[in-house]
Amino acid sequence: MADMKVAAYICQGCGLGERLDTANLAKVAQKEGKAQVVKEHPFLCNAEGVAMIRNDIDNDAVTHVMIAACSRRAKTEAFGFSDVAVSRANLREGVIWIRPDDEESRETTQEMADDYVRMGCAEVKKMKLPGGNPEAATNRRVLVVGGGISGMTAALEASKAGYQVVLVEKAATLGGWAAKLYKRSPSHSPYADPQDTGVDAMIAAIEADSNITVYTNAITSKTEGAPGRFKIEISQESGPTTTEEVGSIIQATGFTLYDANNLPELGYGKSPNVMDQAGLEALAKVANGGPIKRPSDGGEVKSVVFVQCAGQRDETGKHLPYCSGSCCLTSVKQAMYFKDANPDVDTVVIYTDLRMPGNGEDFYRSGQNKGVTFTKGKVSTVEATGNTCKVNFHDLILNDQTAIENADIVVLATGQVANSGVDVDAKLKADIAAAAGDNSLLDAWNAAQTEGAVKPISVLNLAYRQGPDVPQLKYGFTDSHFICFPYETRRTGIYSAGPVRRPMDIIQATEDATGAAMKAIQAVENAAVGRAAHPRSGDLSFPSVRREGCTQCKRCTVECPFGAIDEDEQRYPLFNESRCRRCGTCMGACPVRVISFENYSVDTVGSQIKAVDVPDEFSEKPRILILACENDAYPALDMAAMNKEVYSAWVRVIPVRCLGSVNTIWITDALNSGYDGVMMMGCKHGDDYQCHFVKGSELASYRMSKVGDTLQGMGLETERVQTFEAAITDIERLPKLINEYADKISALPPNPFKGF
Amino acid sequence: MAKKQYSFYPGCSSQSGASSSNYLTSTNSMVNLLDVTLNEIPDWNCCGASIGYAGGGELPRIALSARNLALSEQHNPGQEVVATCAACWLATREAKERLDHSATLLAETNEALKEAGLVFKNEAPPARHMVEVLIEDIGYETLKSGVKKPLEGIKFAGYVGCQTNRPFGIDGESFENPMYLDRMVESMGGEAITNYDQKVTCCGGALAFSEPEKSQKQIHDIIESAYDHGADMIVTPCPLCQANVEIYQGEVNKRYGKKFNIPVTYYSQLITVAYGGSSKDAGLDGQIIRATRLEDIANK
Amino acid sequence: MSIEKYTRSFLKEVEERVEEGHWVKMCMQCGVCAGSCPLGPHWEHTPQKIFMMIRAGKREEVLSSDSMWMCTSCYQCIVRCPRKLPITHIMHGLAYLAKREGLAPKNQPTAQFGQLFWDNLTKTGRVNELKLSLGMYFKDGFSQGIKNAMAMQSVGLGMMKAKRLSPMEIMGGHGVKDKSGFQAMLKKARELEDSRRKLA
Repeated sequence: MADMKVAAYICQGCGLGERLDTANLAKVAQKEGKAQVVKEHPFLCNAEGVAMIRNDIDNDAVTHVMIAACSRRAKTEAFGFSDVAVSRANLREGVIWIRPDDEESRETTQEMADDYVRMGCAEVKKMKLPGGNPEAATNRRVLVVGGGISGMTAALEASKAGYQVVLVEKAATLGGWAAKLYKRSPSHSPYADPQDTGVDAMIAAIEADSNITVYTNAITSKTEGAPGRFKIEISQESGPTTTEEVGSIIQATGFTLYDANNLPELGYGKSPNVMDQAGLEALAKVANGGPIKRPSDGGEVKSVVFVQCAGQRDETGKHLPYCSGSCCLTSVKQAMYFKDANPDVDTVVIYTDLRMPGNGEDFYRSGQNKGVTFTKGKVSTVEATGNTCKVNFHDLILNDQTAIENADIVVLATGQVANSGVDVDAKLKADIAAAAGDNSLLDAWNAAQTEGAVKPISVLNLAYRQGPDVPQLKYGFTDSHFICFPYETRRTGIYSAGPVRRPMDIIQATEDATGAAMKAIQAVENAAVGRAAHPRSGDLSFPSVRREGCTQCKRCTVECPFGAIDEDEQRYPLFNESRCRRCGTCMGACPVRVISFENYSVDTVGSQIKAVDVPDEFSEKPRILILACENDAYPALDMAAMNKEVYSAWVRVIPVRCLGSVNTIWITDALNSGYDGVMMMGCKHGDDYQCHFVKGSELASYRMSKVGDTLQGMGLETERVQTFEAAITDIERLPKLINEYADKISALPPNPFKGF
Repeated sequence: MAKKQYSFYPGCSSQSGASSSNYLTSTNSMVNLLDVTLNEIPDWNCCGASIGYAGGGELPRIALSARNLALSEQHNPGQEVVATCAACWLATREAKERLDHSATLLAETNEALKEAGLVFKNEAPPARHMVEVLIEDIGYETLKSGVKKPLEGIKFAGYVGCQTNRPFGIDGESFENPMYLDRMVESMGGEAITNYDQKVTCCGGALAFSEPEKSQKQIHDIIESAYDHGADMIVTPCPLCQANVEIYQGEVNKRYGKKFNIPVTYYSQLITVAYGGSSKDAGLDGQIIRATRLEDIANK
Repeated sequence: MSIEKYTRSFLKEVEERVEEGHWVKMCMQCGVCAGSCPLGPHWEHTPQKIFMMIRAGKREEVLSSDSMWMCTSCYQCIVRCPRKLPITHIMHGLAYLAKREGLAPKNQPTAQFGQLFWDNLTKTGRVNELKLSLGMYFKDGFSQGIKNAMAMQSVGLGMMKAKRLSPMEIMGGHGVKDKSGFQAMLKKARELEDSRRKLA
């Protein structure tokens, strides 16, 4: 590599020239930042300014560029010089837009700008141009596990986009749940009538598709590798084990109906006339449009009651606590089986809240039009005697304890249980809950470990250090970022779609599968060029470990939210770069700081922290370091600046990839350098997390809870280091938070480490 | 420009010696000043109002409106039916809507009309309210251009009420906060209290007679809010709203210990005065609570 | 008529015999009507509940209820109903059926006034406000009528002073010219409706 040549460019546009002494900034860049080339420009992002930088790179051997202008989130195209390392000093959103334009503030505002130039120069000198993931692998095939509507849709969509698919189905035939249906809820306007499931046509399309290889009676008995280079063992019942190579995986393993045997109080098991939704579909298939007969004696059916939320939305802890979001549609559809054959059959749907997703409202209206009766109520018991049932319920509108007598058929809407395999975090979650005083999960986990206990069967059999299946969030559904990246599981290159991800109907499952197919294609394409998947999509940097410093403590392998890191034979961390999302959580976890990215490392941040000119204890100018998550907190601060919200001039903000990447050395460095306080701003964590890297902010908050001891050891007040949850919408809140914190820190005596 | 011609349905309460006779007086003055001709439907009958349901049922009530429509088709061919009373307008428009949608009802209605020697051909467009004529056919700008005596300095609480507003609405305006009355006031140079929060509250309608206690609570709120917003007077497009809110003020005062004494006027009175008509032309002598500020302008 | 709970028999009756009754099944029980009614607190059963009671087969309770008579015909429920049910008309229709079936509460003032109003208008073809008012005052007998009239004396006098209530109306007052045709029309209409809706 040629010698490093650092160039600093100071923009005077957008009011920077008027508000700041840019000549002084240039001086700082040259004298303190040691930039060999320093240029001011009245309008740096215009064609001429950009051409000036381009010319210096091409003809003056500049290798490292520091741009002191606007936020790194602005003008990314103009300043996107992909062949050199680039850092940005945020003088616009970070300084002049958040400071008052008055004489009194001039000095502190200039000091902020000077510091950001120092920081930009320090950072860029520690950066290297990312070379791209060396393990780029180019298998572009997609594995789909599960041959129901979701899996078949994913397979067909991927094939239509020109990708080869391997489809694995556990049962003897494709079709899954939908194949058991007489008809499905409508997918098209006017959403008025049940329609054919379309399963046969899909199976035919798959059989005719030369891009799709189907294995039935088969399971994935082993999955190893990474995006672009997964190796799959497929075991067929009483057949051979085949190995297939694929680039990405879609898990569409669907759901199982909640077991109605758990609901004897609702008459299940007492009479064949009480059934779950699958039971009624089977009857309807037999009747095939004719009248459905009463199972107990084949008699005429005059009255049918549908019991919604049977064993669902349960508050007692005995049954499913959640809503399956699709059973109401199914009950309306099933009521229509009767109404369409004979309008005189009484059909009553007893619901607490009718939930009809999408255009289901139209379907509901159609059901009402056909004379299906909807009654808001809660069923307590079903008495099954002889050929009829008595349904006892509380009418919630009329506040009546009442009953429907003589129901010929009672259908229990029991809901969806995800087919998601082994809960790889079960022990961890149980430990966390136990620490918070709730032992129920731990008891359940212990019980599951005893001999003879039924063990969950793995779906993917991942040969990953962190367990055989993709992690689950709650209630057994696979974990994915529900707002931003719904199909991404916490195993890169593996996508979940359909009811295994969350309860859903066929329409949603179809959309889900289509989305997951697109993501799976993206994954193989990214893997082929060594790029990261979301949310740092396109990032070419990758983590590397300095083995000679590694103590084999395993914290990186345990804490990686994406299970990217295995161990090699010598028990060193083995990075699977293609599985890595580039969040830096491993870097934050590493106690000996041997993990780094070319353009993001302990040094690139640490050198910025140290570059700040911290005034002495007599100046009454505290300094506060803010480490802000680049996904939410930093954009929120930029937007606050656009709104001209004012915040303290004592703060210096450094964006980080994720709070999970924050290494505690940065905190001790800051305090040792004389900073008076450190604020960390990351995304919300917990069950409704918003962290873009799922676990990063949670891990950071856990690590920082331990910082208190360090502070006390240094003789410092614990409030000098605080972690805050920040959302991208906290545009007004964050400046307030900063100012309150600045006031609090100003009230403390200066950090005694100043000047050392 | 040729005069605009409409087939006019004045309604029972507008007749001489009836509760909104001053509404008709001012309407007649107003249309003269605006160059609009109203051709009264010969031998029109009562619309049945809403309260007619208790004795009338559905078909007889529809027959009432159908008779008026049939007479209008026969005697004022090609003219739109215009009503000044909210109930008359609503009943007439609603009846046509039902007849448009049900062949059974239309057949039965004509069977009944035959007894009166009439036939309803269902040719005319839906009935219209006088305020629709003013704001849709004439327009605020034109209305404003004819003002001779702007109603300067008077603050009006525009009380739209129910049936001029719901369910059909005027000029596509919102049901919750229609602005047309305020805009009419402003066109006449008056000051509209646009945030008058009781503008679409029900006055109790016919239940003012049968359930006085319940209705007077409504009337109380309607008046009190007008006071709270600094109104000099209330203006309304509905004869029953006008009557209930004006006539029962004494009763409301007794019941609630208040001293309300606020005039309740019609938009037609405002326009007549603003266009230079006399107090008498505007029917201001028909106010039980005199609208003196309006009279002062008229007498200027 | 035998009614079974949560079967469609009363609902079917309502669909066949009540003005706009075929809409009842479309109610989705959101309660916006109940929250929008100006006289809402005075309803024993809100429209939402009435629709549910119809589905639950509570014929007697619905038709003998005072509730529908609270309707002021303000149409607030109609314009706010997300399912566009003509709630005002359904309430009118239920009240009318109740009255025709002899189930409406006795001495319900709005039921009485409504009948007075109808009788008043059908007599001449146009409403005679004086007779209507007097009729209302005297509905509970002569002496109560005098008391009522005295209590409302100031209102009446104010109206007369403003020439908006004419004592001459007592002599007959306004009316249509073709009274016989008018009345024959109404008679026919009633016959047709009674036969279609099976009203005795």
